[in-house]
Amino acid sequence: MSDVTMITNLIPEKRQPWKRPAQTFRQLVVLALVAGVLATIAVRVTGLAGFLGWYIAFVAALLVTVGATAVTTGAKLAFDRLATVLVSVLFSLVALPWISLIYTVISRGAKAVYLGFFTTDMFVNSSDDPLNQGGISHAIVGTLLMVLVASLIAVPLGIVAAIYIVEIKGRFAGMVRFFTQAMSGVPSIVAGLFIYSTVVMTLTHKFNGIAGALSLSILMLPTVARTTEEVLKVVPRELRDASYALGASQFKTTFKIVLPTARSGLITAAVLGVARVAGETAPLLLTSQYFVKFTTDMFNNPMASLPTYVFGNLLTGTDNSYARAWAASMVLISIVVVLSVTARLIGGRNSGKK
Amino acid sequence: MSNTVSDSKIDRRVITVRSSGVDRVFRILISAGALFSLFVLGLIAFFLLYQGFEIFKDFGLKFLTSSVWSAGSDDGSQVASFGVGAMLFGSLVIALIALIVSLPFAIAVSLYLEFYSPRSIRRLLTSILDMVAAIPSVIWGLWGYTILNPMGAGWAKSLNSWLHWIPIFNVPTPIFERSPFIAGLLLAMMILPITTSVTREVYSHAPRDQIDAVYGLGGTRWGAMRTVVLPFGRSGLVGGAMLGLGRALGETVAVYLVLNLFFKVNFQILLSAGGSVASLIATRFGEAGPYELKALIAAGLVLFVVTLIVNSIATLIVNHGKSAR
Repeated sequence: MSDVTMITNLIPEKRQPWKRPAQTFRQLVVLALVAGVLATIAVRVTGLAGFLGWYIAFVAALLVTVGATAVTTGAKLAFDRLATVLVSVLFSLVALPWISLIYTVISRGAKAVYLGFFTTDMFVNSSDDPLNQGGISHAIVGTLLMVLVASLIAVPLGIVAAIYIVEIKGRFAGMVRFFTQAMSGVPSIVAGLFIYSTVVMTLTHKFNGIAGALSLSILMLPTVARTTEEVLKVVPRELRDASYALGASQFKTTFKIVLPTARSGLITAAVLGVARVAGETAPLLLTSQYFVKFTTDMFNNPMASLPTYVFGNLLTGTDNSYARAWAASMVLISIVVVLSVTARLIGGRNSGKK
Repeated sequence: MSNTVSDSKIDRRVITVRSSGVDRVFRILISAGALFSLFVLGLIAFFLLYQGFEIFKDFGLKFLTSSVWSAGSDDGSQVASFGVGAMLFGSLVIALIALIVSLPFAIAVSLYLEFYSPRSIRRLLTSILDMVAAIPSVIWGLWGYTILNPMGAGWAKSLNSWLHWIPIFNVPTPIFERSPFIAGLLLAMMILPITTSVTREVYSHAPRDQIDAVYGLGGTRWGAMRTVVLPFGRSGLVGGAMLGLGRALGETVAVYLVLNLFFKVNFQILLSAGGSVASLIATRFGEAGPYELKALIAAGLVLFVVTLIVNSIATLIVNHGKSAR
């Protein structure tokens, strides 16, 4: 019995030398408190005002107090601490506008949302009408239809481009790859101008939903192509080799082995493409413009969409139209965020760390 | 015995595959589809040039250097004259402001996400960043117009009162709203996720063993950042910055809402007078006659060429960095 106790006494205490000592965290809290007091004094004494003023004073005070620890621990460690504080502070500063944006969209948009908001259009109402009349059904349908048609064009083309780069490895593979990447930087308004000058000016002679969908498909294509390319590259080579060894053609291998294996990745690519274009405004201003009536006709009349609805109501510039713009923004932002989260969840396993 | 085998040179077998008819059709179709995407890019350049050709013929290089944008009057007493000089300059100015403001933040966010943040919340923060990247520009514009514009005007005012002896911070008249400064700030927030995603990707590939070596020699975390991570990520940083620049140059609606267009080259960034080619197109499009429309299309071509050059350089730098790893 006594032997056992002796042995347990011999086992050294568990240590984790690779972990940062908790002490530094406690020090940081103390330093932050000191800095907070200093900042509050600074705000009282000087002309800094509001939350931002206090925050800036706090950051400055924090940097000073952390720098002052150089006295006890030497310049090198103090410098390291300064860098840590600076990096974390810059990160927190970046998040401020995001929080403000989300908060503003929700707090100002909630006012104009009621049940009929999703089922009525603006045909009999003007945007300055009371907020319990009129809605965005026409804009939702317009966005859905145009994005759908754009996907029908861009998703197959994007996948084909990716197959060309990864599977066929054709003579121009490098070029196709380079230009689809460069194409992702084409300004959205240029895509709109292009469709305007080709489709609207020369073919249809009027603004319509199809033109809007075409301009969106140009912006969608690079996203789909690049994501699909990444996804196809992850498909194991052994699967292709096994398929060829069994005598399958490249056609069969691609469509029966590679693409089904990468299915979830392909869905991710499509959803990312949709999320990329669902909020585009500039090209739609030049192609589908804006329309007040609920319609599914994509050929004979302009077509509403959520972004152009937001934009139009913003330009109208009355209190009620602002509220409508914020409410439509709330709907638009939820759609886009839900889409990107979905893409992330579906592609989570395939895309790994990225 | 073994000698004879190694001496008699056996020709390396050339593996030949004769693709079946199905495969030949498949390859042709896929190639055609992929090249069609390339073709669209060429088509954009061609059509913009075709529709805007008259403008380039009438104004020549003056279209790039002149700053006058006037549709002329119907009775002919005023001749139409178009030039994107001020707008192009303005686009570059706000894109540069956006870049200068966002770069330190992009570096900090990347370092924070890769090295400083607690591991448990890293995934969450990354998803939030991706979501922010997906916020539509019109909503940024709406927020910028309502929240940032009055705030930024206040900052501009204090900046002006302290630093008015620096020419770019001076203003002839104290109107600070909808200035290049504010547009640049908004763009900085909008391009941050793009720049960050590139730099973060590069930083995540920083050689782990060298970082550990710094720690092993008693170096601090900042020491590791300064001597290993930052030098390693320099090319990625440049590439990411260029991608952000391209995005900032082409941004339309958000800039439209927070920038007052002014048809004269203006380098006083705090003044409510700036330029942006993309925003010019959106502003003038609605009321333009046929001739001015051609001028707008020509302006679109200029924007297209500039952003394509910037993005191509960015792509080259980023890809080069990837293949070097």
